[in-house]
Amino acid sequence: MRVTAPQMGNLHLMLEDLFRRMGVDYVKPPPSSTRTLELGAKYGPEFACLPLKINIGNFIEALEAGADTLVMAGGHGPCRFGYYGIVEERILRDLGYDFRFMMLEPFSDGAWAFYKTFEALSPGLSIRKLWKILKVSFAKARAFDSLYKRALEIRAYEVNRGDTTRALKEAEAVMAAADTREEIEAAAAESMAVIEAVDQDPGRDVLKVGIVGEFYLLLEPFSNFGLEEMLGHKGVYLERSVWVTDWIAPHRKNIIFGYPHRLIEEKAAPYLDQNVGGEGRETVGTTVIFAERGFDGVIQLLPFGCMPENIATSILPRVQQDHDIPVLTLTFDEQTGRAGMVTRVEAFLDLLKARRGSRLQAV
Amino acid sequence: MRVGIPRSLLYYKYLPFWKTFLVQLGLDVETSPLTNKQILSRGVEVAENELCVPVKAFYGHCMALRDRGVDAIFVPRVVSVEERAYTCPKFLGLPDMIGAVAGDLELPPLLSPRLNQREKPREFKHQLIEFARERFGLGRAAAVAALENARLAQKHYQQGLLSGRKPLDLLPTSRFNVPRRRPPRSQRRRIGLLGHPYNIYDGYLTQNLIARLEEMGAELVLPEMTDHRLLMQAATDVPKQLYWSYEKEIMGAVNIWTEKKMVDGIVYVLAFACGPDSLIQVLIEHRAREHRVPLMSITIDEHSGEAGLVTRIEAFTDMLMRQGRKKRTAA
Repeated sequence: MRVTAPQMGNLHLMLEDLFRRMGVDYVKPPPSSTRTLELGAKYGPEFACLPLKINIGNFIEALEAGADTLVMAGGHGPCRFGYYGIVEERILRDLGYDFRFMMLEPFSDGAWAFYKTFEALSPGLSIRKLWKILKVSFAKARAFDSLYKRALEIRAYEVNRGDTTRALKEAEAVMAAADTREEIEAAAAESMAVIEAVDQDPGRDVLKVGIVGEFYLLLEPFSNFGLEEMLGHKGVYLERSVWVTDWIAPHRKNIIFGYPHRLIEEKAAPYLDQNVGGEGRETVGTTVIFAERGFDGVIQLLPFGCMPENIATSILPRVQQDHDIPVLTLTFDEQTGRAGMVTRVEAFLDLLKARRGSRLQAV
Repeated sequence: MRVGIPRSLLYYKYLPFWKTFLVQLGLDVETSPLTNKQILSRGVEVAENELCVPVKAFYGHCMALRDRGVDAIFVPRVVSVEERAYTCPKFLGLPDMIGAVAGDLELPPLLSPRLNQREKPREFKHQLIEFARERFGLGRAAAVAALENARLAQKHYQQGLLSGRKPLDLLPTSRFNVPRRRPPRSQRRRIGLLGHPYNIYDGYLTQNLIARLEEMGAELVLPEMTDHRLLMQAATDVPKQLYWSYEKEIMGAVNIWTEKKMVDGIVYVLAFACGPDSLIQVLIEHRAREHRVPLMSITIDEHSGEAGLVTRIEAFTDMLMRQGRKKRTAA
């Protein structure tokens, strides 16, 4: 059994670790490319959201690379994501691929079904062992997320362009090698030190921008043309509202983002007092949080036609008015070009600089 | 107090219920006109660009009600109409979306009870009684009576739909959707018309599709003509239970129609950028292929042209009519 799952940002590092501990043969899908997207756009439904199309491309490329078992996360709406898997399976079968398909439904659906999904991947795996594996693998995943978060902050201050990205690669390698709980703790400290060691100019006057929006677009640089790195190189300090480990953790305290889910709901309530699926309410709530913290601006990312985000987009103008914070909404689909996005982002940064009334040190 | 109900979205499903309920609360109820050019173009102007066309039209309907000087607009938050399912995210956020532009557009206040029975069945009852008591100071008995009358009105409406009458025959409206000439009954072909009621029954959004199909020889089969319970049962024939109630109705209809051979062809109307439909479209088209039922998907948006639509449905009905003639001569 050769197992794969869709590509999303650095998820493969976390899955590699999890599957290795479970003794599962994991096929990492080739990094998303123009071909991945072309395959997805060709076979995916016309106005399905972009992540679904990229998923389909990932699955096809992983099948070509020898995977025979596809794993996809599930859910119960109202966002489309929970039904992705079913549609993806149908499309791939209609294309003639032969594979085993598994949906991993949320833990809240029932602990037994959750366990059985993992047990099917790794026969004989006991509940106790699975629990232990999940715990230690999750701790490692969280250490990864801490690195990425710190890199977003530091990149704005780096003296030599590209240092942070290079340091991050090195830190990832340190982190990836860790196995036991003790090793993970040590590696977390060591890898963080690698990032902190990046040559920085602490006196630099940087813009502070919050990145909010739909999960996949925020986490997969391929889907947003590497927006975060680009902003970092332009000397913009970034914080992002969505993190893989915050999303997985059932208590929803958002350890990485730093603000618990309950607070986000509270902040969103005057504007959107209802869970609308996906990150719709979170986008509104975190925009308020960034505004209250004095950020210069917020950038919202979403795939074209994303229902929860379209609701948020409809509401954000009021948040902008009330909290006096500029919001740039960027929509992505298979037609989106990088140049257009860069132009809009640059214009937005100019606006933020003008608002600040101070010069941003040239990078 | 005069309350306006936008003639849009869930109007086509629940008007008798809502109207009766509000009248029983002692309110004067008014509906916006049928969707027209002005309503749609105003909606398109103020609504977020990526929303589906029926939601854009909803904005326009709210503005039309404002122009009529109503004191409030009824925009309920219909979160869920059954256990373990939602309606559509956009219905969940609708009062907030309209609320976000209410100030700029100078809309009257919104009446937005939250209706959610995802966790508990029959929860609507308590939520509406609560709404009647809190907002309008009704006594418990009066609220219960209002609800009961509303329920009866809705039941009556649904019985009408079951017998094959269309919402526009039963709801207050003009004669917008009436076909001019139809081929004789013996030559007609049964066409299942699939899609959300707020699209297929809105003659403006779908360019008078119903009348056109009937003029071209369709004997229409509509999802509402099947008992709702059977529809929901048929909808379970999918690899994973759907969690959008209105998509379940569509899926259920296509499952029943194909299985019981109730239709000769299917016309599936979906709004551009409709989230749930974009996914179940894959399952629906697969199902029709599997059962060898011809299916044509029609995507509508605010730019849909009449000529393109007419050509496509003409080609489709011609094909079905030809099949019908072949079958009759063979018999």
